[in-house]
Amino acid sequence: MRKSKSMSALIFLAVGIFLLIASNFVDELRVYQGAQVAVYVIAISSIILLTGFSGQISLGHGALMAIGGYAAALSYIHWHVPFLASFIIGSFSAAVAGFILGLAAARLSGPYLAGTTLALAVGLPSLANQFHVLGGEQGLSFDIGEAPMWIAHKTGGDFTQYKWFFWISTICAITTIWFIKNLLQSRYGRTWKAVRGNPSAAALSGINIGQSKVLAFTLSSALAGLSGALLAMLLGLVAPMAFTLTLSFTIVTGAVLAGVTNLTGSIVGALVLVVIPELTDAVATHLGGSEKISANLPGLITSALLILTVLFAPNGPQLHKRKKVGNPS
Amino acid sequence: MSGLVLTDFSVSHGAIAAVKNLSFSVEKGQLAAIIGSNGAGKTTLLRALSGLIPATHGNATWNGHSILGRKPEDLVRAGIVHVSEGKSVIPELNVKENLALGGIWRKDRADVAAATEEVCNLFPRLRERLNQSADTLSGGERQMLAIGRALIARPQLLLLDEPSLGLAPLIIEQIFDAISQLRHRLGLTVVLVEQNAMSALKIADIGIIINVGSLVTSGPSTKLLADANLRAAYLGY
Amino acid sequence: MLILDTLLIGLSSGAIYALMALALVLVWRSTRVVNFAQAGQAILSTYIGFEAMNRTHNYWVSIPFAIIAGAAIAAFVDAVIMRALSKRSHKGSVSEIAPVIATLGLLGLIRSLTGIIWGNAYVQYASPLSGKGYSIGHHTIPFSPQNTLIVIGALLVMASFAIVFKYTNLGLALRASSFQPEISRLAGIRVDRIRTIGWAFSGAAGAVAGALVTPTSYLSPNSLDLLLVSGFVAAVIGGLDSLIGAVLGGLILGIGFAFILQYVGTSVTFSAAFIILIVVLFLRPRGILGSQIGRRDA
Repeated sequence: MRKSKSMSALIFLAVGIFLLIASNFVDELRVYQGAQVAVYVIAISSIILLTGFSGQISLGHGALMAIGGYAAALSYIHWHVPFLASFIIGSFSAAVAGFILGLAAARLSGPYLAGTTLALAVGLPSLANQFHVLGGEQGLSFDIGEAPMWIAHKTGGDFTQYKWFFWISTICAITTIWFIKNLLQSRYGRTWKAVRGNPSAAALSGINIGQSKVLAFTLSSALAGLSGALLAMLLGLVAPMAFTLTLSFTIVTGAVLAGVTNLTGSIVGALVLVVIPELTDAVATHLGGSEKISANLPGLITSALLILTVLFAPNGPQLHKRKKVGNPS
Repeated sequence: MSGLVLTDFSVSHGAIAAVKNLSFSVEKGQLAAIIGSNGAGKTTLLRALSGLIPATHGNATWNGHSILGRKPEDLVRAGIVHVSEGKSVIPELNVKENLALGGIWRKDRADVAAATEEVCNLFPRLRERLNQSADTLSGGERQMLAIGRALIARPQLLLLDEPSLGLAPLIIEQIFDAISQLRHRLGLTVVLVEQNAMSALKIADIGIIINVGSLVTSGPSTKLLADANLRAAYLGY
Repeated sequence: MLILDTLLIGLSSGAIYALMALALVLVWRSTRVVNFAQAGQAILSTYIGFEAMNRTHNYWVSIPFAIIAGAAIAAFVDAVIMRALSKRSHKGSVSEIAPVIATLGLLGLIRSLTGIIWGNAYVQYASPLSGKGYSIGHHTIPFSPQNTLIVIGALLVMASFAIVFKYTNLGLALRASSFQPEISRLAGIRVDRIRTIGWAFSGAAGAVAGALVTPTSYLSPNSLDLLLVSGFVAAVIGGLDSLIGAVLGGLILGIGFAFILQYVGTSVTFSAAFIILIVVLFLRPRGILGSQIGRRDA
């Protein structure tokens, strides 16, 4: 167990470096999509943390992403902080919101929590229209600019903005997964596991269930906020349209496809989410390219996948779990 | 082959065998008392007989037809009614509605009305409380309601799971009295699962004693009541 | 006068929310599942009504088509998908929310299907009733003949549900099965079949809401989405296991929205839903009429 901690750190590092180098050999569109995948990975793992490990459902993480995105954009525009700092501010703001939401969530059970987060998802983005500083329907532009010169020099050749996005998001994604992995192995992770497995036993052994739930919600929101800030970076703007209810549903879908307790599955889930529109575009053109089909096929396939996954493999493809004797699922 | 016949009947909860190779028969019109202490597997036995859980081995037939693998709803239509342990009454409905549930699947509405009348005659307390919510009833009244509801289905085989549970001795007497009367009047076959061995054996024709899922002994109730060893072990004196 | 106007607006929208909430509560009570696909079922039923409208040119004829479609779709969803789901007893943290996720998936599936068949363009599901408010003297109140139909339709649905539930054997079976499925089975009730019928009722309610409210704006695969949220919020406010609560919740939300719209402004409306919800759940986590008896999970 001990050696695996530094082993896994090395693995992460190696994967990271590999991806960064690989991005040189791939065309711009793929690089951008790679960045999208990275952003989804972070968002999906925030749900895995919250739902898979702490057992709480949220249908409103899109709103938390919005908070992260808007906070990052606002601090960048009005306080002129460096963009990395704006990401941190975004993540932190979402964490604060998540803390408050988590306090309420600890009192609510399943469907009531689902409903509250659902209302949040729908209600929050529309606030942009109410307060002028939030930029209304068109939103605010968020342009972090080009990569600093020394990086372009180091890597030689063409270091485009998309590559810069990819680097930033991937590094964040890898760090996130590494962070969550360690968190899950820490005493907090064990607490969540205990509460999820048997709440009454956990309570009896002295665990403060409310506290552990709020902690999970806060951390999950921080990650969602980070992904929201990164999304804003990718889009170059924050606007209500970027954080719709569909976004909230999409990342929950991604988490289910990943296998809600499978952290590394978040990569698979993210890939699926980004790849499906691509694939269905191809299929749609094949089928005659009607607007009706191309606009709705991605949704159809994603939803069908979701239903099939939940029916046949609700805990995701358990590829990473070895059959251990007495392994409680 | 009339009546209830169990051959090698076994029921398992996962790895735990709750009922092991039970074999006995109850002739039509008889009242069989199944006796055993807590955890003996009596409730599991009834739940398997009425189709709520599957049997893992063996066979059970009623009047020659196998009753395995059938849903509870279907068995009710075949005349087998199970009054389950504990709360068998729906507290959110009133007494009248609870009774109505007993005959809700039946086509002969006139007979349902007649049966309801008979039940109200048998248990006058129910008639008094027809419009009251079932959760205002006392324990004994709830048991009467549960049994009454079962009777409206015009069962041929009645499976009763610990009707005396949590009830005062006087009420227990009343209820057992009613069960005994019914059985004779209607020609019912009754399987009565009980911890209250004495009272059960007194109204029963045969007794079946189970321990940890297996059969200990069975036979005419008079003989069991007379056996001193058994009395000491299961009847406490 | 303004207050009366606002109340009237709230009444009409509240009626629609109440119908959606009723549909959700019906399914919740019998299966402990929040049927997010409700909005999807409703929009598909509405499109079917729309098709019927296009072919018969008769709004009144199209409504029963929508209702039957709604009932059939809902019955199908329960009989095929939800039953398949419950047959697999899952372990793990997804098992409790698996049905909810399934209904979310169904929502997306049905919506996308609707888009593929009819396209995403806005169309008009026209009603012969005017959408213009009645005039009383010089004043035009924001309550039109179509709004009258909405309220009457909602009342009819609620009344028929109430009658079925309280006075028929079917209603008794529906109630018994939702309260105590095991005891009901032992009493001879075919609980699976009954549950599907419950879903059918729920689908019919959603179809009525869709067919009645759509003429007041436009029809597109997404046009009932917000209704999903409002319906759910209304159901939660009323207490998820109370049918009367659903109606109350719908009214409260409708009137609350109308007043906020009038006195604060349009853009706050959605945030208002969230705030109303939080306030109610804070004061009464079970909703206004939600029951406390033996609900272990909710």
